[in-house]
Amino acid sequence: MLATIPVLAIVAVLVFLMLRLTPGDPAAILAGDAANTEQIAKIREGLGLDRPLIVQFGIWARDIVSGDLGESFYFKMKVTALIGQRLEATLSLATLTILFAVSTAVPLGVLAAWRFGGWFDRMLMGFSVMGFSIPVFVLAYILIWVVSLKLGWLPVQGYKPISEGFWPFLRHLILPSITLAVIYVALIARVTRASVLEALGEDYIRTARAKGLPESRVLIRHALANAAIPIVTVIGIGIGLLIGGVVVTESVYAIPGLGRLTVDAVLARDFPTIQGVILFFSVVYVVVNLLVDLSYVFFDPRIRY
Amino acid sequence: MKARRIAAAFSLAALASLLGPNAIAQAQSADRVLRVVPHSNLAILDPIWTTAYMSRNHGYMIYDTLFGTDEKAQVKPQMVEEWSANADKRLWTFKLRKGLEFHDGKPVTSEDVVASIARWGKRDAMGSALMTFVDRMDTPAPDTFRIFLREPCGFLLEALGKPSSNVLFIMPKRMADTDAFKQIEEHIGSGPYVFKRDEFKPGDKSVYLKNTKYVPRKEPASGSTGGKNVYVDRVEWNLALRDAQAQVNALQKGEVDILEALAFDHYESVKKDTTLQIPATAPAGLQYMARFNHLHKPFDNAKVRQAVLAAFSQQPFLQAQVGVKELYRVCPSMFTCGTPYGSPFGSEIQSKSNMKKAQELVKASGYDGTPIVIMKPTDLASIQKLPDVAAQLLRQAGFKVDLQAMDWQTLVGRRAKKDAPEKGGWHMFLTAWQAHDIWNPIANAALDARGEQSGWFGWGKDDKLVELRNQFMREVDDAKKKKLADAIQARAFEVGTHVPLGEYVQPVAARKNISGFFVSNGNLYWNLKKN
Amino acid sequence: MATDKTADNADDALSTESADVMRYESAWQRVRRSWSVRIGGCVLLVLLFIAVAAPWLGTVDPTLFDAGSRDLKPGQPGEIITLDGDTIKHTFIMGSDSFGRDIYSRVIYGTRVSLVVGAFSAVVALAFGIVLGLVSGYIRWLDGPLMRVMDGVMAIPAILIAIALVAMFRASLLSVIIAIAIPEIPRVTRLVRSLVLTIREEPYVEAAVSLGTPTWKIMFSHILPNTVAPLLVQGTYICAFGILVEAILSFLGVGLPPDIPTWGNIMSEGRSQFVTFPHNVFFPGLFLAATVLAVNILGDGLRDTLDPKMARRA
Repeated sequence: MLATIPVLAIVAVLVFLMLRLTPGDPAAILAGDAANTEQIAKIREGLGLDRPLIVQFGIWARDIVSGDLGESFYFKMKVTALIGQRLEATLSLATLTILFAVSTAVPLGVLAAWRFGGWFDRMLMGFSVMGFSIPVFVLAYILIWVVSLKLGWLPVQGYKPISEGFWPFLRHLILPSITLAVIYVALIARVTRASVLEALGEDYIRTARAKGLPESRVLIRHALANAAIPIVTVIGIGIGLLIGGVVVTESVYAIPGLGRLTVDAVLARDFPTIQGVILFFSVVYVVVNLLVDLSYVFFDPRIRY
Repeated sequence: MKARRIAAAFSLAALASLLGPNAIAQAQSADRVLRVVPHSNLAILDPIWTTAYMSRNHGYMIYDTLFGTDEKAQVKPQMVEEWSANADKRLWTFKLRKGLEFHDGKPVTSEDVVASIARWGKRDAMGSALMTFVDRMDTPAPDTFRIFLREPCGFLLEALGKPSSNVLFIMPKRMADTDAFKQIEEHIGSGPYVFKRDEFKPGDKSVYLKNTKYVPRKEPASGSTGGKNVYVDRVEWNLALRDAQAQVNALQKGEVDILEALAFDHYESVKKDTTLQIPATAPAGLQYMARFNHLHKPFDNAKVRQAVLAAFSQQPFLQAQVGVKELYRVCPSMFTCGTPYGSPFGSEIQSKSNMKKAQELVKASGYDGTPIVIMKPTDLASIQKLPDVAAQLLRQAGFKVDLQAMDWQTLVGRRAKKDAPEKGGWHMFLTAWQAHDIWNPIANAALDARGEQSGWFGWGKDDKLVELRNQFMREVDDAKKKKLADAIQARAFEVGTHVPLGEYVQPVAARKNISGFFVSNGNLYWNLKKN
Repeated sequence: MATDKTADNADDALSTESADVMRYESAWQRVRRSWSVRIGGCVLLVLLFIAVAAPWLGTVDPTLFDAGSRDLKPGQPGEIITLDGDTIKHTFIMGSDSFGRDIYSRVIYGTRVSLVVGAFSAVVALAFGIVLGLVSGYIRWLDGPLMRVMDGVMAIPAILIAIALVAMFRASLLSVIIAIAIPEIPRVTRLVRSLVLTIREEPYVEAAVSLGTPTWKIMFSHILPNTVAPLLVQGTYICAFGILVEAILSFLGVGLPPDIPTWGNIMSEGRSQFVTFPHNVFFPGLFLAATVLAVNILGDGLRDTLDPKMARRA
């Protein structure tokens, strides 16, 4: 658990180096159209870019520890405030996606394992390979075209904060979260199937069946419960995948979230924002996986920390 | 299998329950809110600090101006009630309208005005040109200010009423006293809308509320002049919706009301849609332009630049970039056809040439085979095809070309570099200007031929051009001004400062229930009604 | 993406293969019999053929255009201007884009870019991963620091690394490949490292060590051969991921320059009018999905046959 701190420190170093060692002068970008050389030099000094790399890192690290991610070149505001503004949309999208994915994928995986080798199993495996292969944006366009434009059921774009009412909020998120969930469903269903399959081969299942327990109880109470750890693990690891998907999905559906912010910041060479967002996403990833590790205790009483 | 069927039934039920309330929710919030998709993102809120058109449009929402320019390019008073000049045209006196008030409730005084002029004069190209004439300004009364000139100036009112970036917006003195090279922190104006700061999220949305205390002029709205009547309660700029197809989808579904920049590709389909309209708001349009870097080989040689002028016939650029015939026109003028100085005078090298001529000129020019570095912005749909056309035409004329793709931000950073093209500099970039920013020799930055001192990238140098331009600045007689403008244009074609690549109109798309559009240079959101 | 599955299963991979030559042969026989491998392999061979033979498949220069032939529907005739200024007639079997470029030619030439990006990002990731894995499995004092750095890289979502790297350096084939490969390196490293750690405990390796065989020789003759099967499987997943990420980068506008024909670029160009002219997105999307699907199926087939225990788990 303490291992997460060095990991975060390393992430910070990597993010810092990644953006500082690349070509492109942040000062020139910040100065904009009409700046001359002296103005650029002045800005460079103001940003501390003329100091040694290690000093720059020291200042940057001190700032982030105190919760200051700097000021965005492009949006002209604090990066922390910017992330704050964009957080709700992304968090809502991600939560809905995970809820949707887990509630679909786990039952599908259990069913596939139960009828191992049957037509349903093969269909699910086929679907999951397809889910890995279709680009997110192609799927998004198909959904927009069919559901929003042809059928007119849901809005084509945008995001409504939950403060403007729950239904508008949810309606705007349905298509994006389905789009995003497909690859996640593919992943979780596969792992659920494999884990349940393995559990079904164990002795205690045979015992349970021999005792004459109903099949549903065998599946859920025994097999699924014992398969919980790999499933939870893959949900945690999948957060990385989800974040990648968020970047694309938010761009297609014009959702003003953190993924969209990443793309805008990258296109505008907005170094502080890129650093801030990547760092933020990495922290989320590490923390979620820490929580996943902690949840093992809940799923398996034998594990203790 | 049972579980699956249940799941399917559940999701259908959930879907059905969502479809019901939606129509109602949309109907109640929509009526007095104008939902606009601007042409770009709004990031900088100081319209004096930057020339970005988005910041200018934001400025028009919340600030008012002393003068405006109407659709016929005539300067008309806006905040000014009456004005006069003394006999030798060196002392100008202006009196403000009654009832002008900033959003914080304080009245607009002449002190605010003078401070605003001073700050603008440090940033704007025309403003700083004006300041070289201005001796001093003073405020004999709270509603009166005076400008003392060293010598008569031919463009005083044109500068004060300048309709496009940077517009002379009037701010409270405490804001206008901000260092001109720092951005303002407050956003208080006296304009027709009040900026809703707490709802501003760059990259997401910007919100403006009706300024109920605003007193509009009586004249009808025209250009940036006339009555700024507001008939909606709230204007929302959607800054998140950037994809061209998604914008049109949203407009067709009624999720937004106005698209500031309809993509040319969608012009025909929007025109056919009976629920939508394409109002004529900016017929003067924009001009495409290719700019040389005069500092480096081979474009330090006027003969090579002339060869390019001969190769760049306007039609291929317009056809590729715009495509819709009714939206573009070939125009060999550097000052926009249909405006006072627009004429083909002296443009023969470009307008009467063909590729054969260009190939001969390239051979005769002594071009040494240096690959031409063209910078291509990949994220600006309105100009991103031009560099490809330029590359193809240059290759056909006998040039070697190195087409380098980058985003606009990088391009903007790189075009400021004077380094040699092989060391991170450049040879050529292409851009678009709104008519009002290039329609006279002072405003047109590409005609500033003071070499490395000149205000715009490319740094063309020609003493004769500088001299003609100086004469123009001092000239007060309209007929003589016109003659001088012709001479400037002919000289510019002769030395090849840049290449005008034709003009186009950026169509605006709106839903049918929006009315009250008027002709102006840009995107102004008063006078509009939503039924 | 698909690689996530294998990361935590690395330990299982170990027990399946040893240096037993007999079992190796039988494994390859199993591979050849697998339907997944056959189907995926065949599709990939066809794509490879298309990529190599692109100039002879009725294509034109994919960067040429004539604005007079823009936005043609599939099957319509039009014209293209060559570099010499001549106009040639051409039938646009997949239509044209908003420049007037031939989509068919662009899709066909785009196969080259996609396959190169996929294959080379896998090769680069595997090469670095193998070296780092061997180093950290063998040189104990480097193991800790190296693996912590790998943990750090893994904590940054792969697509973010790729987007940021490509956007910072000017996008070129090389920078795209490297940007895609870097986030994949840690998983390969982990896999190789755990294989090394297990294999070096095997009696025959211990015997070799005690006989004084140099370390590099042990690595190459005993350890590397055992990593071939799991790495091959891993490589296919990286390849599939790489092809997808290249398309995503282009789609978001940070990938290869837009005049270079890649599937992502074609779709990115076409997205602005996908309702009116869906063919701009449809054809390259179809090729992209088919390619990634073929690589994934091939990967699954290889895993099922080379690594039966792992197959059951995922």
